Amino acid sequence: MTPLSQLLPGQFGKLASLNPERGVDQRLMALGLLPGMVLKLIRKAPLGDPLAIEFAGQVVSLRLAEAENLIVDVSADCPIQRPRQP
Amino acid sequence: MSAPDTGLLVALVGNPNTGKSTLFNALTGLRQRVGNYPGVTVARKSGTCDLGEGQKVELVDLPGLYSLSAASPDEQVVTDALAGNIAGDRRPDAVLLVVDATNLLRNLFLASQVAELGLPVVLVLNQADVAKEQGLRIDTDLLSRRLGGVPVVLTSAWKGEGVAEIRRALARALAEKTQLARVAWPAEIARALGDVAAAASAGTDRAVSAADAQRLLFDATPSTAERLGWSAAARDKVLRSARDRVRNAGYNPMAAEPLVHYAHLRALLDGVVAEGLGKAGRTAAVDRLLLHRVLGPVLFVGIMLGFFASVFWLAKFPMGWIQSGVDALKLFVAPPLEPYPMLQSLLADGIVGGVGAFLTFLPQILILFLFLGVLEDSGYMARAAFIMDRLFSWCGLNGKSFVPMLSGFACAIPSLLSTRTIEDPKARLATAFVVPFMSCSARFPVYALMCGAFIGPLYGAGWESVVMVAMHCVGLLFAVPTAFVLTRLVLKVKPQPFVLELPRYQLPKPRDVLWRMWQNAAEFVSKAGTVIFAITIVVWALSYFPRDAAVAERVRAASPTLSADALRARIQAAYVEQSYMGRFGKAVQPAFDPLGFDWKITVGVLASFPAREVIVSTLGVTYSVGEGAEADSQALRKAMQDARWPEGPRAGSPIFSLAAVLALMVFFALCSQCGPTVATLAQETGGWRWAALSFGYMTLLAWAVAALVYQVVSRLA
Repeated sequence: MTPLSQLLPGQFGKLASLNPERGVDQRLMALGLLPGMVLKLIRKAPLGDPLAIEFAGQVVSLRLAEAENLIVDVSADCPIQRPRQP
Repeated sequence: MSAPDTGLLVALVGNPNTGKSTLFNALTGLRQRVGNYPGVTVARKSGTCDLGEGQKVELVDLPGLYSLSAASPDEQVVTDALAGNIAGDRRPDAVLLVVDATNLLRNLFLASQVAELGLPVVLVLNQADVAKEQGLRIDTDLLSRRLGGVPVVLTSAWKGEGVAEIRRALARALAEKTQLARVAWPAEIARALGDVAAAASAGTDRAVSAADAQRLLFDATPSTAERLGWSAAARDKVLRSARDRVRNAGYNPMAAEPLVHYAHLRALLDGVVAEGLGKAGRTAAVDRLLLHRVLGPVLFVGIMLGFFASVFWLAKFPMGWIQSGVDALKLFVAPPLEPYPMLQSLLADGIVGGVGAFLTFLPQILILFLFLGVLEDSGYMARAAFIMDRLFSWCGLNGKSFVPMLSGFACAIPSLLSTRTIEDPKARLATAFVVPFMSCSARFPVYALMCGAFIGPLYGAGWESVVMVAMHCVGLLFAVPTAFVLTRLVLKVKPQPFVLELPRYQLPKPRDVLWRMWQNAAEFVSKAGTVIFAITIVVWALSYFPRDAAVAERVRAASPTLSADALRARIQAAYVEQSYMGRFGKAVQPAFDPLGFDWKITVGVLASFPAREVIVSTLGVTYSVGEGAEADSQALRKAMQDARWPEGPRAGSPIFSLAAVLALMVFFALCSQCGPTVATLAQETGGWRWAALSFGYMTLLAWAVAALVYQVVSRLA
């Protein structure tokens, strides 16, 4: 179990848990980022923050600090192939 | 509110970046009205949509959003409009739901929430061409059946395909009242929703809808309860026990809504979308370049520099034409009015000269709006926010503040309106507070005049450009620390969430960009133009009256040997000096002496508080007219270059020294000199307190920094 903020660019993970009480996580849930969803850290912004993550066929930017509370499972049966880019 | 009382109202609803506005333009054929929703400054865009066979409906384009759980005023408007809770507006008779065909799951979450409202719906799967390119095949018949029989239309608004089908589907939806199938809530959640609806109905003496009950139960924010008038005391216990019920069913109450909807949608979409072979699209590849660690920022700076350079260069030509047109008009209206000197002066110098000075920088505003539209529609604006966020987050703003701040370089008024996309009220307030610091296009004529008349001729074109760019940075230099102090020490903003979609890159549609440019420019001209017109007349009158003939006699008697032309110039100057404006400027001048301003500049500064660009025409009056020259820019430059201090410690030295020129530009860069901006700020921040604070702060800061610049530079030079 790893915080999303520690993923490397290009690495996949499966969302294990988030904090539904937080406004950020509520926004992400509305976009479909729910536990069990496979996501990929695409890149970090040139200054290291924020991050661009891909899930459910979309690319979303969120900050490092916000990604710390999103716990992902990197050992899970993530797809080897890349998800379709939007 | 311009909504007609009769006829049907259809709401256009959808996620951002779905091509909703393109569709709106296609459906209304640009027969649109723009107004404001009462109480908030969210624009209400509506237009007439012809459904064929003589049936016409009013189509209203609601702001794009991902969820009905409203976090920003924009989103609140959508929730309120769909619930029929907007004063003076009706509840829509149907909803035209626009979704991105390439990402049905995410887009249908909003649709699934809208289904709870029980309104007739047409589902538009837009960007069908892109979906096809990606190899997606969508079974629209199956989707329609699963959604309860609502019409499902595949369109490509960009190419104009499928628009006729939407019209037909809308007519059908209105006739047959086709409603979206609703999600089946787990029994415990359904019971909790029932409890909330019953208690809220009892507590507010009105029937609370199922949709409102969901907002009450699932939203952390109390906006729905407040709108319904359900008191905190009454609702707290009810909501707590209802949420406990949800929790007992195994759901976190804050996550239950997306969990249930997405589970429902996954089942619903099963077998609807078939993924075949297709192209992955170029967005990921373009992002690898534009968001590259090194190349990304380099390209960003390049794009922004190119953006501004081309605005200034492109605008040069039409500006020249307008200037010649204004001069020609002046020569045309002046001679026939020779027998009526007051009317001649009012028309030629006051109205034509003043309005002309304003019109000459209209090309810049148009080109700025054009470029901002291209950046927005292409999808690059979101990337700019992504690249810039780190630079803004430390001072309590975020990458979304970047968009209003960038458009602040065009005009503060639309940028203040665009701060509404920022969810947190405090971050929004802080952004709105610093937006007027951005070097708007109305400051440009001041810099252009000063650089063109002094920096260029004295130091060369290279330094002229450097000073130009530097002046555009001065405001930003002070805006960022101001935001830091405001957010950290005054408002105490918590770190802001920053969730932003990086949409697919798209070729902007020329009609959309041009149309929005026209709407923005028209709004700007009608708001700012009327103020400027009024100021022009007032400034002219204050500098024309009193017109005592004795002044002319005195000048004639004092200098009997002068030629007729020189004598006339002398008389004009004497008139301006003893006018109300001249007297007032002289009285106030000591306050501006540390900045190196003489009474004529002081008059210009005072006259430009309601609209800063007025300085050019006012200097035209105080210098050109006062010294007998035409108020075109060449003569004005010459008059300013020749101006000398008549008396005092600086007697004989040029008024427009390097120090004074820089001080004047810095003063204009920082000072709050725009009536419409102050008014918009008051409107956006919900009162005059912040507007007054902004005005006082900016004006004092401008004075202090300009004084510092003058004192330092005049000692160094």
